[in-house]
Amino acid sequence: MEMKKVYLDNTATTPVLPEVRYTMLPYLTDSFGNPSCLHEWGDIPRDGIEAARGQVAELIGGSQEEIIFTGNGTESNNFALKGLAMAQQKKGKHIVVSAIEHFSVLNSAKTLEKWGFEYTTVPVDKDGIVNPEDVRKAIRDDTILVSIMHANGEVGTIEPIKEIAKITKEKGVLFHTDAVASTGNIPVNVKEMGVDALSLAANMFYGPKGVGALWLKKGTRIMPLLDGGIQEGGRRAGTENVAGIVGMGKAAELARQEMVTRRTKMMQVRDYLLKEVPARISHVIVTGHPQNRLPGHASFCIEFIEGESMLMLLNAKGVGVTSGSACTSRALQASHVLLAMGLPHEIAQGSLLFGLGIDTTKQDIDYVLEVLPPIVERLRQMSPLYSKFIKLGTGG
Amino acid sequence: MPIYSEKVMDHFTNPRNVGEIENADGIGEVGNPVCGDMMTFYIKVKDNRLEDVKYKTFGCGAAIAVSSMVSELAKGKTLEEAMEITPKSVAEELHGLPQNKFHCSNLGAQALHLAIEDYRKKQKAGEQAAPHCPYCDAEGTTDDDPLCQACKTTVEYCPHCGAPLAKDEKTCSSCGH
Repeated sequence: MEMKKVYLDNTATTPVLPEVRYTMLPYLTDSFGNPSCLHEWGDIPRDGIEAARGQVAELIGGSQEEIIFTGNGTESNNFALKGLAMAQQKKGKHIVVSAIEHFSVLNSAKTLEKWGFEYTTVPVDKDGIVNPEDVRKAIRDDTILVSIMHANGEVGTIEPIKEIAKITKEKGVLFHTDAVASTGNIPVNVKEMGVDALSLAANMFYGPKGVGALWLKKGTRIMPLLDGGIQEGGRRAGTENVAGIVGMGKAAELARQEMVTRRTKMMQVRDYLLKEVPARISHVIVTGHPQNRLPGHASFCIEFIEGESMLMLLNAKGVGVTSGSACTSRALQASHVLLAMGLPHEIAQGSLLFGLGIDTTKQDIDYVLEVLPPIVERLRQMSPLYSKFIKLGTGG
Repeated sequence: MPIYSEKVMDHFTNPRNVGEIENADGIGEVGNPVCGDMMTFYIKVKDNRLEDVKYKTFGCGAAIAVSSMVSELAKGKTLEEAMEITPKSVAEELHGLPQNKFHCSNLGAQALHLAIEDYRKKQKAGEQAAPHCPYCDAEGTTDDDPLCQACKTTVEYCPHCGAPLAKDEKTCSSCGH
């Protein structure tokens, strides 16, 4: 009998929907032309890209000419941080980020520091929420840019972007939000949010990997990261990933049309998982905000054991998840997100993250609930932290 | 390709010799939760050989497989042989470890060595606790024969706590009487 397979790592990447794949295929076969070319081989891919630009703009409530296609979410974040900072540097050289930003934002801030900029990191509370007043306090006279993520991919927490945008507007500072984890999963509207720049990536909403976008409010100056031709209005040179962009467009269209049904379905199954894991396993902490979180997102810290070993044993049972433990990361450091939320190292090491998808069923979750408790029990039985806890707990 | 070799997966999914030894002869603890891996090794020594080796491990798949492999390699070896087990030899027996895991997770040999050192320290302390002449430090005085053969002094003991008294000592330095 073939083993049951349950993919629950949709925060790493979603699969590519068949409709998206079919839309892409012609651009990998007959419609291979370079969109910069003026002959008919160039016309079709150029039209494909422009249609996708419209679809993506519609998903986030922006206009077509404000979309710049990039290689992924990381590039969009690098572009926003470095590109906006470099273009604004005559006004000032200070930027503000949060402690739980993606590494593509945090490390861009570090690079900017090497280039002579300064940055301030605002903290988060135990649920991973940024207090807008902390952003206000961090803004100085020479602040030119604030970058706070829309939703955190690791703990699912959704940030108060509108409130922060009111402050940045009042202070006359540009506001970028990394909406890679949220776009396509929850409503994202650049006008309602009040931001100046927003990053998104196709593989977070059933599009292909290797394509992302930066929405940049009309009239905002940015320095390109890539110099070359005049693709993307001269702001992102280089021959376009045509099939990827077309796929992103289709995925954006589907995400917009199906958002309500997808969200409702995912949240139902997700809430079941969020409720049942702590009910069936002792000493479990739910990480992230209990309500203000991404619809398919459930994250926990399971005490006394380490995340990678749980992940590997779940994988042996056909379940694909991820963890923020030091052992899981290639850098071998525990999740900066969990540490910023005040969790001690030994608890952060037990992080386990479930990213549900639009096809995840209650039966899938029941299977996880069947295989996870024995794995936890087994690892606890061999954990020195657990035996210490038991000895102390029984008054030893 | 999976990140772990089949051998690592085998030891990780079916770890050998897991547990604690009550009244272990030596205990060795390494690691901390910050780096993500912690191991405690317990040994039982008989006639200079590791009669039993057990451990408890908090950590990734590699850390667990390393602990299991070390316990298997060490069991039955003399203490000197066991001290020759190295992180490199453990990794080789496991058919390799991912490069970034080599240092942080490969703590098993170190924990075993610490357990052996702990055993040796205890042995030494035990030997020192064996009757020594409090005057000339030679071995060989006993309660039955209080005359030290080396310095020919009769050892006197505190009537309160039984500790040997220093020469001409009026109050016992151990119990204060």
